[in-house]
Amino acid sequence: MSEAILTPIEKKPMNFTLPVVGAFGAFFGIFVGAANGSVLLGIVLGFALAAGLAFVAMEVLDKSQERMARYGLVALFVVAGFLLGGVPGIVLGALIGWFFGWLIYWIGEGRYRARLVPYLTGGQVLWHYSFRVLCGAIFVFLITPILVVMPLSFNAEDFFTFTPEMLRFDPEGYSLKHYRDFFTSDDWQQAVWNSVKIAPAATLLSVSFGTLAAIGLSQPHVPGRRLIMAILISPMIVPLIISAAGMYFFYSRIGLQGTYLGVVLAHAALGIPFVIITVTATLVGFDRSLTRAAANMGADPVTTFFRVQMPLILPGVISGGLFAFITSFDEVVVVIFVGSANQQTLPWQMFTGLREQISPTILAVATILVGISIALLTVVEILRRRSERLRGMSPG
Amino acid sequence: MKLSKTLMVTSALTVAAAGGVYAAGHGMADSMTLVSWGGAYQSSQQKAYVEPYLAMNEGVTATWDESSAEAVAKLRAMNEAGNITWDLVDVVAADAIRLCDEGLAMEIDADELLAAAPDGTSAEDDFGDLLVSDCFIPQIVYSTTFGYRTDMVPEGVDAPSQICDVFDLEKYPGKRALEKRSINNMEWALLCDGVAKDDVYDVLETDEGQDQALAKLDTIKDEVIWWSAGADTPQLLADGEIFMGSTYNGRLFSVIEEQDQPVAMMWDAQIFDLDGWIIPEGLPEDRLARVKDFVTFATDTQRLADQSKYISYGPARQSSAPLVGQHADLGIDMAPHMPTDPENAKNTFLYNYEFWADYRDDIEAKFQAWLAQ
Repeated sequence: MSEAILTPIEKKPMNFTLPVVGAFGAFFGIFVGAANGSVLLGIVLGFALAAGLAFVAMEVLDKSQERMARYGLVALFVVAGFLLGGVPGIVLGALIGWFFGWLIYWIGEGRYRARLVPYLTGGQVLWHYSFRVLCGAIFVFLITPILVVMPLSFNAEDFFTFTPEMLRFDPEGYSLKHYRDFFTSDDWQQAVWNSVKIAPAATLLSVSFGTLAAIGLSQPHVPGRRLIMAILISPMIVPLIISAAGMYFFYSRIGLQGTYLGVVLAHAALGIPFVIITVTATLVGFDRSLTRAAANMGADPVTTFFRVQMPLILPGVISGGLFAFITSFDEVVVVIFVGSANQQTLPWQMFTGLREQISPTILAVATILVGISIALLTVVEILRRRSERLRGMSPG
Repeated sequence: MKLSKTLMVTSALTVAAAGGVYAAGHGMADSMTLVSWGGAYQSSQQKAYVEPYLAMNEGVTATWDESSAEAVAKLRAMNEAGNITWDLVDVVAADAIRLCDEGLAMEIDADELLAAAPDGTSAEDDFGDLLVSDCFIPQIVYSTTFGYRTDMVPEGVDAPSQICDVFDLEKYPGKRALEKRSINNMEWALLCDGVAKDDVYDVLETDEGQDQALAKLDTIKDEVIWWSAGADTPQLLADGEIFMGSTYNGRLFSVIEEQDQPVAMMWDAQIFDLDGWIIPEGLPEDRLARVKDFVTFATDTQRLADQSKYISYGPARQSSAPLVGQHADLGIDMAPHMPTDPENAKNTFLYNYEFWADYRDDIEAKFQAWLAQ
């Protein structure tokens, strides 16, 4: 549907095309100018260059030469990029050249209106596109820190620095040594092992208790259920440092501080609210007459729960469990208080490593964790779709 | 399956977990939790005396907790909760003095606990003035000093060699990194504002003196990046973000010799400080016996000299100095890289514990207020 042309398009006048394309040129000029010492000069030259290119493409060349003109632009920017910035300049130049080739024709030929309804005013069209650019910018803003970390983790040096070798794409500048360090260092391996032991146990406890609590609290006849709910959810609302300090003194008294069990219980308490909230949400759509029907047919409450209720609220249980797992796996404040050196988890190790020695091993670990998170979420999403399809809930 | 069994035991025994099972016959616990700073310093301790000690005492295990930076706060909390999980804590001397005053660290008798030097000199004499507190067992002398990027020295100008070059923006333009606290910075500022070395602390006692130091720091404030962790300055130097910066001399050694960065040392007006162990107050008998056994071994003449094979900090014992040898991996002589080497120690300061104990709160508050302006 998105391919349909809603509005007939026509070539725009030069007094519109040139300033708009020029403004984009000025925007890129800021960065090139800043890199070469003069922002103002960059803006002026960027504007002039972009406007000039737009003029040539629109007025001098024929419309049938569009393909040639766009390839020419890419080639031009690649050469300019190489002269200004070497190999990375080629990549950037190619991208910018492609962008301007597209932009000039998109603006100049009025194509930007083609897929919008004809009655939109100029302001509405502008907002339509700026809104999308804004959303894209927010997305980039969120994701860039993660992407920057990845190449740095292959750094051949022991610093968080893009070395000249790396920027030249010289293989000498890259190395897997930080990954080797991660896999061979006892400290890191012990931390991984601790995290792997603590997170699933805490998740199991959170899911069991959280699901039971959610089911109980969804029964209308339970007295004081709002109060109980508020208390159970409080670990999510109370600042973590306060829970942590409280747990530290309480667990010390009863001898749980510095033990595996203590850390698991603390993390379970943090995970339970997530499970309660997601399961309560799925229970809203649960038809209670089903449990009465099951009882009517002679099933006891336990059978009813596992055969009737559980399969229907499973998506809520799984996503709650996932949140509980991530909470435990990511948690650093509570474990520093409740755990001892024997329970150092991965986030704890990363925290101390970052404070005492800024070593790219942390970046290697971060990259591995991002990879695992992506894999985990993908698997869960695939499973969810599959179960929806099997149960006929979606046509997919 | 041994592991899960151990876990069950620890969950059941809970508090006793840190102490572990009693070693038969000796009355000593067979595990220790050592607290240190992490990084290269902790690994020098691991190699110089923890590994040899564990090799000599089979069945004993040592666990590191990298919490020295917050040792004072954590020990207070442990004391409050009546649950001391640490056996031996590595702290700077100033923290040792505080912990000792608060009764959180155990007072020791140096001659009784620590080994005598090979020539028979008593431990008390061998450590000498460095026993700055009744609870403190010194290990190393380190210094806070400057490093600069050799490739950022302006053309036709000599490389910086005086502390006052840090304050000379005309001759040495560029960013500097200074620690985000008053200690050391105030002394350097006064020294470069015409105050004689012997008068620095007399001047710093007065309000006018403090203002004078801050006014001097004001002249470079716009060009300063403030650091708070020892790893910051090495990272900034490697990045080329700064021209010069202060940090611990061992960190600079690692940047220069191990990481091969274009950085050089500027030893002028380096400020000496001490780092060492304290034993927390209130350990159970068996754990205390183990820690005492370990600490006697770990601070003997040979072990402290061995530590300097891995990091360029000076051993705290006089008798260790002649035994300082070569770097374990690089094979270079370590003596010239020690802050205490005569070549490097031409102009030095010793961290003035008494002065800073009295004036730290006031001056620090003033400094932080100035920073926020």
